[in-house]
Formats: sequence, structure tokens, C-alpha cells
Amino acid sequence: MRYLPLTPQDRTDMLAKIGVAAVDDLFANVPKSKLLKGLVDLPKAKGELDVERIMGAMAAENITASEVPFFVGAGAYKHHVPASVDHLIQRSEFLTSYTPYQPEIAQGTLQYLFEFQTQVALLTGMEVANASMYDGSTGAAEAVLMAHRVTKRRKAILAGNLHPHYRDTIETLSRMAGDELVSLEPNPADASADLKAVAAAIDAETSCIVIQTPDVFGNLHDLTAIAKKAQDAGALLIAVVTEVVSLGAVTPPGAMGADIVVAEGQSIGVGLNFGGPYVGLFATKQKYVRQMPGRLCGETVDAEGRRGFVLTLSTREQHIRREKATSNICTNSGLMCLAFTIHMTLLGETGLRRLAAINHANACDLADRLADVDGVEVLNGSFFNEFAIRVPGDAAKVVEKMAKKGVLAGVPAARLWPKHKALKDIILVANTEVNTDDDRAAFVAALGASL
Amino acid sequence: MSMNNQGRPTAAGEAGAASAHPTFTGNKALQIEEALIFEIGRPEVTGVDMPEPKKVKSRLGKLARKEPIDLPGLSEPETMRHYVRLSQKNFGIDTGLFPLGSCTMKHNARLNEKMARLPGFGDIHPLQPVSTVQGALELIDRLADYLKELTGMPAVAMSPKAGAHGELAGMMAIKAALEAKGEGHRKTVLVPESAHGTNPATAALIGFEVKAVPAQADGTVHVSDVKAALTPDVAAIMLTNPNTCGIFEKEIVEIAKAIHDAGAYFYCDGANFNAIVGKARPGDLGVDAMHINLHKTFSTPHGGGGPGAGPVVLSERLAAFVPYPFIRAGKGFSLVEEGGKLDKGEMPFGRMSAFHGQMGMFVRALAYMLSHGADGMKLASEDAVLNANYIRASLADLMSLPFGNQPCMHEALFDDEWLKNTGVSTLDFAKAMIDEGYHPMTMYFPLVVHGAMLIEPTESESKASLDLFIATLRDLALSAKRGQVERFKNAPFHAPRRRLDETRAARNPVLRWTRPQPYAEAAE
Repeated sequence: MRYLPLTPQDRTDMLAKIGVAAVDDLFANVPKSKLLKGLVDLPKAKGELDVERIMGAMAAENITASEVPFFVGAGAYKHHVPASVDHLIQRSEFLTSYTPYQPEIAQGTLQYLFEFQTQVALLTGMEVANASMYDGSTGAAEAVLMAHRVTKRRKAILAGNLHPHYRDTIETLSRMAGDELVSLEPNPADASADLKAVAAAIDAETSCIVIQTPDVFGNLHDLTAIAKKAQDAGALLIAVVTEVVSLGAVTPPGAMGADIVVAEGQSIGVGLNFGGPYVGLFATKQKYVRQMPGRLCGETVDAEGRRGFVLTLSTREQHIRREKATSNICTNSGLMCLAFTIHMTLLGETGLRRLAAINHANACDLADRLADVDGVEVLNGSFFNEFAIRVPGDAAKVVEKMAKKGVLAGVPAARLWPKHKALKDIILVANTEVNTDDDRAAFVAALGASL
Repeated sequence: MSMNNQGRPTAAGEAGAASAHPTFTGNKALQIEEALIFEIGRPEVTGVDMPEPKKVKSRLGKLARKEPIDLPGLSEPETMRHYVRLSQKNFGIDTGLFPLGSCTMKHNARLNEKMARLPGFGDIHPLQPVSTVQGALELIDRLADYLKELTGMPAVAMSPKAGAHGELAGMMAIKAALEAKGEGHRKTVLVPESAHGTNPATAALIGFEVKAVPAQADGTVHVSDVKAALTPDVAAIMLTNPNTCGIFEKEIVEIAKAIHDAGAYFYCDGANFNAIVGKARPGDLGVDAMHINLHKTFSTPHGGGGPGAGPVVLSERLAAFVPYPFIRAGKGFSLVEEGGKLDKGEMPFGRMSAFHGQMGMFVRALAYMLSHGADGMKLASEDAVLNANYIRASLADLMSLPFGNQPCMHEALFDDEWLKNTGVSTLDFAKAMIDEGYHPMTMYFPLVVHGAMLIEPTESESKASLDLFIATLRDLALSAKRGQVERFKNAPFHAPRRRLDETRAARNPVLRWTRPQPYAEAAE
């Protein structure tokens, strides 16, 4: 077994040193009848080549985003990641290290976390950010809990155009925690109605409102007025961003008065990975920092007075506070956080703005082309790199037909809102820097042929 | 000196003498001081070349960004150098022995990295048509089957993103099951004092009240103490097995029976599953729910603190409550999401997160299982236990074992009794290990033991590696006993940083870089 260094002789010698006759003597606490006699019913050990064959066969059964014109988004986006990012995150000292509990030999991790926190704060327009969450959706659920702690109220209002997976994640946790939740209905065609509905629902018990921008249909929202309305009522505004590249082109939630910003960072550095691992960005105002969930890295000095970094404010966390902790979370998304921060460092302001501009321009180009297709309607007044189209008939069937023609066209709204008949003819279409003119022409042709 | 509430010192200690051989740069050969990207980068620099965007009519409206972001960029060579230098300030498993108890820092096979990067797994989208991701669903389904076989449990929820998230899913399933039976009044969860902090935090998060169960002098929980705590409002017990003292709970079957007889559920924290894979199955022991840290037991890299993955296996009594989404195998694989058709008895309690779980970790974990096989996984557990006991037996004469010199599982727990009157603390001892080229063991955990040192070598260490480690610890121990405190009090001396001032970091948190004010403004 290539991963196990002990030889049979080693094992014999070690058992002798320990003073037992057989390894099972070390398992003496396991009730005799429960100790397995033979092997579990799984295949025997395999060499690398055999494992590669088995895994390769399964991988070959999937259509990858790079091999076809690809327009699927709705919370996870296909972007190009520079080669140096993946190389660097595979450095042993990053890949095989643990949570930096011994800061003297973890300054590498700690310094990039500090840099990451700063980048996230700058991007979102907020004062402070944590060292990441599992992903955007779980970050959103944690944000709601945080708002309950800050306001000492227990009712959240979710905008209708919040990603349904985010809504369901928040709903599950809220229901289990015994908190109150108001989930509004989606408004694909009239984005401003979404904010009006939220505004109308705010009352004296409201702890927070949760609004996504760009929303799940791609619409951009000015949150300035609703932020004020919420805050006047003593509630917090939680802004959700599922496409973080948008922050290179649009006004960040922090500049519009958000109290907490939660974002999915997958677009930068991480890749699609069939939904995970991703990286949740979480930013807030300085005054709420002690109510914030997740790990935090802070600057300090060592015994020689040199700058260094440590995990800090851990008295909020479960390993110290146990049942009184701000969250049960024990990990962040360290390596994905590293991928994000390396890619963002490579981009810099200039690169991020360029990337965002290309995404937006490509999406505009596709929207313009679709406007010429008979029976197809682009629903958005505004968008960044994703928009909703209405097609005649069943959108899920259209997407399937287009897939057969070699175009992965987007997400049929019915996949996310199975019970909303009114959304059955809607497809969410994303367009990033990876899409070429040829891809867009293929989209239009496949759509025309699938209606 | 400041202490946190674990009794662990948090201040930096006395300033040691600066280097005897100062350099102009502050660098020490391969240890190179590296500034922050905000100090070396410039917003106008980028390491990514992209074409001009098309000329189009903007659809951003009045929300187009007006203010600069102030994000620095670096060219590619500068980027490489920055992160390579940072990496050189980190200790990883590939650097040396990493005996962090309860964390299972085993070898991370690079085959698994290669498999996770196959485009067929890494470059597919969670919301593509299900017909285009059949191989991905097959992989998740196969991993689920393997986990069920290894644990002897009939069901598994694959989507939780880390151990604590798996605990949450398991406790939610228990809550859902109680509510389905009309027993939502059961509000109490029993948690032994030795438990990981995540256990009480998870229970409290969804409205349970936590009641402590004591551990006995032998380090285990006794069924009599559980029975005494089993009031009618008890919903569940959360027990770690093997426990955080490195001991297999020998009354676990009786505890499970008592819990079940009282109408409650048995949640097992699976953090220490590596000790018993292929040796004993939680399902056979009476466990109702157990999360599995794929990043511990099945070697997906810890990555400096994540990403993890925490699938939770469920017994027959909880199998109906697997959250969305889940996979159904039949003619091909289907993915059951909200609104999907449910079979009789399926009662998903909700959703843990967007999409379908940590696919990247699933691929790595399955590659691990295929590589090891049934035989290799059993041998790995035996070697992990053997290695830990070898360390225990080799140090038992010098260092104190809080629960006597009995066999341990995959980790050996020492306390600080043997350091009494030496002037050296567990923390000092750990920091001196750094100078010797080792990552310290888990310290001050579990909380039930004073000055705990929890050593988990894993199966990845050779005998030669263990022998050197043991010799080093013996040398350190003798040194402490001889009163050579200077070797410990201000250690480490040779790491990229000396002890860091945690008190200062917490008192006045500096959580981000801010642009230094120009001199004139700062003077005002």
C-alpha cells in the first residue's frame, strides 16, 4: 500500500514496544461482537493507473463547460482562471497546512487571509470582512442570524428575487432555530416591484431584509432608499451578491448603505466544481464586528516587535464559547479563499474592471442578438452579465433541446421555482468573458431551432 | 500575563534578543520578509491580459460604478514571488510530522488532486441539465454507497460543507424526526464535557438546550451517568467516538440502548472515525447520525482551514429526513430537488446550502477509497492506532497520562501534571517543538484535562519518523525537568516569527490594511 510507510517488521517491533501481542489488543474497548472480523464489502486496493481509469470513465460521462457554448449561471459562473492560481494553491505549504492555530509557523496563511479580508472589504465597499464562509448561501443564512443578534429581533424578510437555493438555506435554518421569516414572491418582469414589496413588509419586528443584486434574474438594484427605510425601522439591510465580478462594474452594496454584504466568491479563482467547494465572502460595518460569524485574522506584533498576524476575536467562536458562540462554524474555506485572493491580486483594479466590462459587453451583445429572435423577449431593464428571457412554451424543454444541439443555454426558471407556473417559460442566461461571438451565434441558432 | 479562558497565555512574552547576525533586509536566507500586496501592488498594474471589450450600449444604468476600488494589482512574476514567499512561512503535512490531535493530518495524495481537476468533474456546472452530468451524479452516488458500507448506515446526506455543517444537518434531521412524531417538546441535548465546541454550538443554534454529562476517571462516559441525565425532554445525545481523549467509549452499545429506550436519538461526532474505519461500524454500535469529515478520515486537504466536507450518515430511524438535494439511482441517475417527486416516506427537512455539496472533496475522497480499498482502509486505521500507541508507550515514563497507561485509539492524550514546578507550560513545550521542526500537537483541548497535549500521528508516519519524534520529545521533556526553561519560555526562536501578541490583536482589532495617511494629515 503506497500510502502506508510501516513494514510488517516495523509493526511487529512496535507492538512489542507497546507490550501487546496483536493490533486488535489495542481495540480492546470495542465490544468483541462489534469488531469486524473480515473486510467491509468494498473493492480491494488499487494502483494509480486503475483509479485513474475508473475516475476517468465517470468524468467522461459529463459535458464540460469548456467544450460547448456555455451560458449557465444562476449563482455559479464559468470564468477563466489564470494558470498561476492553480499552481500556487497546490504549493504543499498551503495545500497541506491546517487552520493557523500556531501563528509562528502559519504566517503564510495568516497574511493572505489579512489581504483577502482587505480585498473583500474594498470590493464590497464595507469596513471589515471575515476570513470567508463555506459559500454564499450559508453566508447568507449566517448573516440573518447575525442580524438577529444585533437587533435582538427574530424576523427576516427575503426579497422575492433572491436565489431560491439561498432562500431555502435561510428558511431551513430559520425554521429550525424557531425564527420568523417572510419570503416574498419572485418578480422577473418588474424588478422595482421586488423592492417595493420588501419595503411594504418591513415592520417593527423586522430584524433584517435580504436583497440580492444583481438579483437572480440579473436585474441591478439601487439599495440606497430601502437601506434607509430598513434602518429607520431598526432593521439591517443584508445585500447578497452571487456574481462577484459585477463589483468591478457596479456600485457596491456598501456604498448604498448595506449593513452586511454576503457574496459568493466562486467566480474569482475557484472554478465551477459542480457546486463546491466555493467561498463565501462576508463583510460588515466595524461596529458589528463582535457579532460577526467566522474566523478573523488580525494584525499584531511578535516578541521582537515585527509585524505579524494571528486569528483574533476567537472569544466569539465555538471552541471558546461553546453553546454561546456566534456560530457553530469551525472552518472557513481557506484554500478557495487563497485562490480568490491570488486571482484578485493578478487582476488588480485595472484587470477586474476590464474583466467586468467584457462580461457586461458580451451579455449586452447576446441580449441585442436575442431581441431579433421571433417570440423571444429579454425581460431585464438592467443587468450585468446575466439576464432572463421569456420563450414561447416550456423553457426546460427548450434548454434540453438546445443541449442536444450542443449548447448549454442557461437555467430554466422551473428548475429553481418548480411550483411557479408563471415562470415556466423563463430561462436565466449568463454570458462571461469565456463566450465568443461564435458561441453567441450558436446560442441564437440553437434557440431558433428549438422553439 | 493575559490568559484566555482556557488558561492559555495570549501575550507575546518578553522580547527576545534580536538576531545575533542582523541583515540589511531583515531576511534570513530562505526566510524572506514579504510586504502586503497593498504595499507592493499598484491599481494600474495587472497580471492578466484581456482584449478590449466590445462597444455596446451599457445596461448598468445609474448603477455603473463611479468610485475607484483601490485594489492593487501585481504582474505575474511579482504574484508568483509574493505567494511563494508566503508559502515558505507555513508548515504543512509535506513539511514534517503534524501531530495535531483530532485533526487527522494524514498524507494528501496528489493523485486525488489530479482526479479533482479532470474537466469532467472540475469544469461542470451544478445547474446544467441532469442529462449532461450523469458521471458526476454516479460519482456522488458511489461515494454515498461506500460511506454507507463503511458505517453500516442505510442513508447519507451528502450536501453538508464541513464537519460542523454535517453536525447541523444531523441535528436538524433529529429535530425533524421528533417533530414528525409529535415530540417537538424534547429540547435537551446531552453533551459530554470533553466534546468539541462545535457540538454544543450546533445544538444551541437550532434551539436545543445543552446539558453536560460528566466523563469518569477512565476518560469515558458511563451509561449510568447517561441514564441519570435521561429526562423525558431529552432529544439526543452528542457523543464523540472514539472520544476526544483518544479512547473508544466502551459502553457505547449500552449508551445507545439507553438513549433509544428513552425515545431519544444518538448523534455521534465522527471527527475521530479514522481510528475505526474497516474495524467497527457506527451503525452496528447504535448510532443514529454521524458526520464524516472527508478532510480528516478520507484525506481531502485541509488547505489552511478548509474547504471541508461533512456528509452525515443516518440510521433507519432518520433516513427519511435526508435534506435536498439527493440522488436517486435507477435508469441513470436523477437528482431530487425541491418540487421533485418524492417516494413514500421521504420527508426532506429542507436544504443545507446552494447546489449539491463539496464535489471537489467527493472526488478526492472516492479516489482515496479506491486507492486504499477495503484492505488498505482497515490497515490504515490499524496503523494510525499503532502509531499513536507507540508514541504513548515511548513517552509514558516521562510525560503524564491523565487516564493511566491504557491503550489509546489513534491519538494519545497527555496532561501537564509532569510539568508541575518546572516553570514550563504546555504552550511553552509546544512552542519549543516548533524550533525542533515539528508542528505542535493539539494543546489545551480537550478541556477536561489540564494543559492537554493531544498527539495524533496518523498512519502516514514511518517508524523512523516516529522514532525521531519520540527522541525529540524525550529530549525536550528531560530538558524541562532539568529546569532548562530558557529553551521553552521564549520559544520559538527559529520560526519566521517569534511569539505573537494575541492580546493586542484582540484589544484593538486591525482586521484590514488601510492606506497610511499622508504625513501632514496624520500630524493633525
